[in-house]
Amino acid sequence: MSAKDAYYIPQKATWPILATVGLAVTLIGFANYLNGSSIGPILMVLGLLIFIGMLAGWFTLQATESESGTYNTQVGISYRMGMMWFIFSEIMFFAVFFGSLWYTRNLSVPWLGGEGAGPGRETQEFLWSSFQATWPSNGPGEVGGDFEPMGTWGLPFLNTLILLSSGVTCTWAHHGLLSKNRDQLIKGLMVTVGLGFLFVSLQALEYYEAYHELGLTLGSGIYGSTFFMLTGFHGAHVCVGAIMLSTVLFRSWKGHFTPENHFVFEAAAWYWHFVDVVWLGLFVFVYML
Amino acid sequence: MSAVVTEHDDHHDHGPEKGILRWLFTTNHKDIGTLYLVFALAMFFVGGTMAMIIRAELFQPGMQLVEPQFFNSMTTMHALVMVFGAVMPAFVGFANWMIPMMIGAPDMALPRMNNMSFWLLVAGVLILASTLFMEGGAPASGWTLYPPLVLQTGNALPFAVFSVHLLGISSIMGAINIIATIFNMRAPGMTLMKMPLFVWTWLITAFLLIAVMPVFAGAVTMLLTDGFFDTSFFDAAGGGDPVLYQHIFWFFGHPEVYIMILPTFGVASTIIPVFARKPLFGYSAMVVATVAIAFLSFIVWSHHMFTVGMPKAGELYFMYATMLIAIPTGVKIFNWTATMWKGAMTFETPMLFSIAFVVLFTLGGFTGLMMALSPLDYQYHDTYFIVAHFHYTLVPASIFMIQAGAYYWLPKWTGHMYDERLGRLHFWLSAISVNILFFPQHFLGLAGMPRRIPDYAVQFADWNMISSIGAFIYGGSQLLFLYIVIKTIKQGTGEKVSDEVWEDAKKHGLEWTLPSPVPYHTFTTPPKIIPTEHI
Repeated sequence: MSAKDAYYIPQKATWPILATVGLAVTLIGFANYLNGSSIGPILMVLGLLIFIGMLAGWFTLQATESESGTYNTQVGISYRMGMMWFIFSEIMFFAVFFGSLWYTRNLSVPWLGGEGAGPGRETQEFLWSSFQATWPSNGPGEVGGDFEPMGTWGLPFLNTLILLSSGVTCTWAHHGLLSKNRDQLIKGLMVTVGLGFLFVSLQALEYYEAYHELGLTLGSGIYGSTFFMLTGFHGAHVCVGAIMLSTVLFRSWKGHFTPENHFVFEAAAWYWHFVDVVWLGLFVFVYML
Repeated sequence: MSAVVTEHDDHHDHGPEKGILRWLFTTNHKDIGTLYLVFALAMFFVGGTMAMIIRAELFQPGMQLVEPQFFNSMTTMHALVMVFGAVMPAFVGFANWMIPMMIGAPDMALPRMNNMSFWLLVAGVLILASTLFMEGGAPASGWTLYPPLVLQTGNALPFAVFSVHLLGISSIMGAINIIATIFNMRAPGMTLMKMPLFVWTWLITAFLLIAVMPVFAGAVTMLLTDGFFDTSFFDAAGGGDPVLYQHIFWFFGHPEVYIMILPTFGVASTIIPVFARKPLFGYSAMVVATVAIAFLSFIVWSHHMFTVGMPKAGELYFMYATMLIAIPTGVKIFNWTATMWKGAMTFETPMLFSIAFVVLFTLGGFTGLMMALSPLDYQYHDTYFIVAHFHYTLVPASIFMIQAGAYYWLPKWTGHMYDERLGRLHFWLSAISVNILFFPQHFLGLAGMPRRIPDYAVQFADWNMISSIGAFIYGGSQLLFLYIVIKTIKQGTGEKVSDEVWEDAKKHGLEWTLPSPVPYHTFTTPPKIIPTEHI
C-alpha cells in the first residue's frame, strides 16, 4: 500500500510528553510565584522555554511530513475537525466571561441596588442602603476607588476597523494561495500579521491610558474585572493568532502550501476570524452598551 | 523526506517498542487505552483510601482519627480524584481501546495528541495530589470549590486551579480526538446509525466535554484572579456575586455528571444484548434518548442551587426541566429491561454487574427525581440524602459498569480468561456491601444529617456505623478486583479464549472478529463486513 492510500499513524511521538512537561513546569512555576516563592519565576521561564522549543520542534516535524506528502485527504479532514472543535471550545471559554458580564449587569448589580422582591431587597436594605445600581459599577464597596469607564469611539473603534480589515486581507491572501499568486499570498499575510500586532500595540496603549489616566484597573470592582478579563483574554488570543499567521507567512515564503494542501493556512485563518468575531462581541457588549 | 515515507511504509510490521519508552512515546490507541485504565485503577484506590478515611472518622460520633480541616480536604480530594482521576479516565481508556476496533479504524484520528491527552492528565492529577502536602493543606471546600470559602485555601489554591486547567486541556484534546475518530475514521458501510451504542454515547459525551470543560476552566480562572489579582467577580462589595460562581460551576457540573454516566449507559447497552442473546431493544430510541439527555443537561443546572435564593420563576423552571430528564432515562431503563425480556440469559460476571446497574441506577434516578422537586429539596439539600443519591448513580452505576467492561473486554485484550468464580464473588461482595454502604445514608439525610462534616449528633450513630461497615467491606472487595485483573493479565485461568470470547459475540460487534489477544495494529485495511445484529 502506498503512503497516499494509508491513514498516517506515527510510530511514536516524542514531542507530546515534552509539551506536557513544559506546560506543567510553567504552571507549577506560576503557582509558586503566586505563593511568593522565589523559585516560581525561574520555573516559569524554564517551562516556557521547553514549551516554545517543543512548539518549534513539533510544528517543524508536521511541516516536513506535510510537505513530503505523508498526509492523505483523510488525515487532512481529521486535522480540520480538530481545529474546528478546538475553536468551539474557545468559544465556550469566552462565553463564560460574556455570561458573567451579562449576569453582573442584569442581575447582581441591580439586586445589590435593591431591585426585585427577593433576597436582593434585604441585602440592600441592611448592608448597602445608599448604593445606586448603575453601570459601570465598582460595587457598593466602591472597590478600587474612583474610575472613568473606557470610551467607545477612540482607540476601540480604531481597533475594530483594524481587526476587520485584517480579516479582509487574510481572505485576500487565501485567494492568492488558491489562485497560485504567491505575491498576493505573501503580501496579504504580511499586512494581516502587521495589522494584528498593531491591534495588540494599540490595546496595550489603551491599557496604559486606563491605568494612568482613567484610574481604571483590574481591581476596579466588577467593571474593571470584566473589562480587563474579556479584553485581556481576547488580546492574548490575538497574539496567538498573529503568531500562527507569522508561521504561515514564513512557510509561504519558504514555498510551502498548494491550492489543495494548506491545512495550516486554513486553521490559522479560521482562528483569525474567530478572534475577529469575539472582538465584535466585545465592542458591542463591553464598549458600546 | 524519504525517511518519513519509509518509516510509514513498514511501521505496520512493528510490534511495540521495548521498555518504558514504549509507554512514554506511544501513539497506539491500545497502549494509550491501557495507560488510561491502569492510571484510573490506581486513582480508584487512592480516592478509595480517602473514602475509607472519611468512613473511619464517621464510624462513631465525636472526633477520633483526623483533624476537621483534613477531613474536609479528604471529602474534596476524594471527589476530585474519583471524578477526574478514576471514572473519566477509565471511560477514556475504554474509548481508546474500543472505539477504533468497533468502527473498523486503524487507530485514533490524532495519535500524537492522544499521547498528550494522557500525560496531561497525569500531570494534572499529580499537581492536584501534591496539594495534600502543602502549607494550609489540600483544598477543603468540597469539589465544587465555592467561593468565598475556597479563597481561604492556603498555598494549594493556585495549584488546584492549574490542575483543573491541565485536566481540562487533557479532556478537551481527548474529546476532539474521539469526535474526529468517529466522524472521520469509520470503515466503509459503518454508517452512524449502525455504530454500537458505546460509540454513540461516547460521541455525545465528547460533545459535552468540549462544551463544558472550558466553562470550568473559566470559572476557576476567575477564582484565581479574585484570589490573587484583585478582581471582584465573586465579591458583592465590588458588584460581583458568589452565586455567579455557582451558576457557572453547575453549568459545567451538570453536564459533567452525564459525562460520567453516558459512557456507563454505553457499556451497559453493549453487554446486556450479548448475555441476553438478543439484539438491543430500541436501538434508535437509545440514540435519541442519549442525545436528549445531553441536551437537557445544559438547561437544568440550577437544580443544584434551589436553596441559594433564586427568583420563584427560576425555581419552577429548573424543577420542571429537571423532571423532563426522567423521560429519556426511563426510555433507557425500559429498553435494557426489554432487551432481557425472554432472552436466553446467562449470568457471567459482566452481566451480573449490568443487571445490578439497571436496578441500582434506577434507584439513584428516583432519588434524583425526589430532589428535582424544589420544595422538597429544601429538606434534602446538603444532607446525606444527596450523598446517597449521587453515590448510587456513580458507584453501582459508573464504577460497576467500568468493572463490568473490564471483565467483558479483558479476555479480548489479553487473550486470557478471568476467573469466573472469583469474578462472581467480587460481584456479590460489591453488590451487597454497596447497599449496606449507601442505603442507610438516605435515612441519615432525611433525618437531617448534613454532608461534609466530621462529627454528628448521636442520633445518627447507628446508621453511620452500618454505613461504615459497608464501606470497609466494599473497599476490601475491590482488592479482590485488583487481584483478578492482575491474574488475568498474567495468565488468567490458563484456558485459551476463542476470538469471540462470548457466545455469538461476533454478531454484536466488529471487535469480536479480531483475534484474542488483539494484535498491536488492527484494521490497517478497513473491514468489509459490517455486523447489523444490533439494529
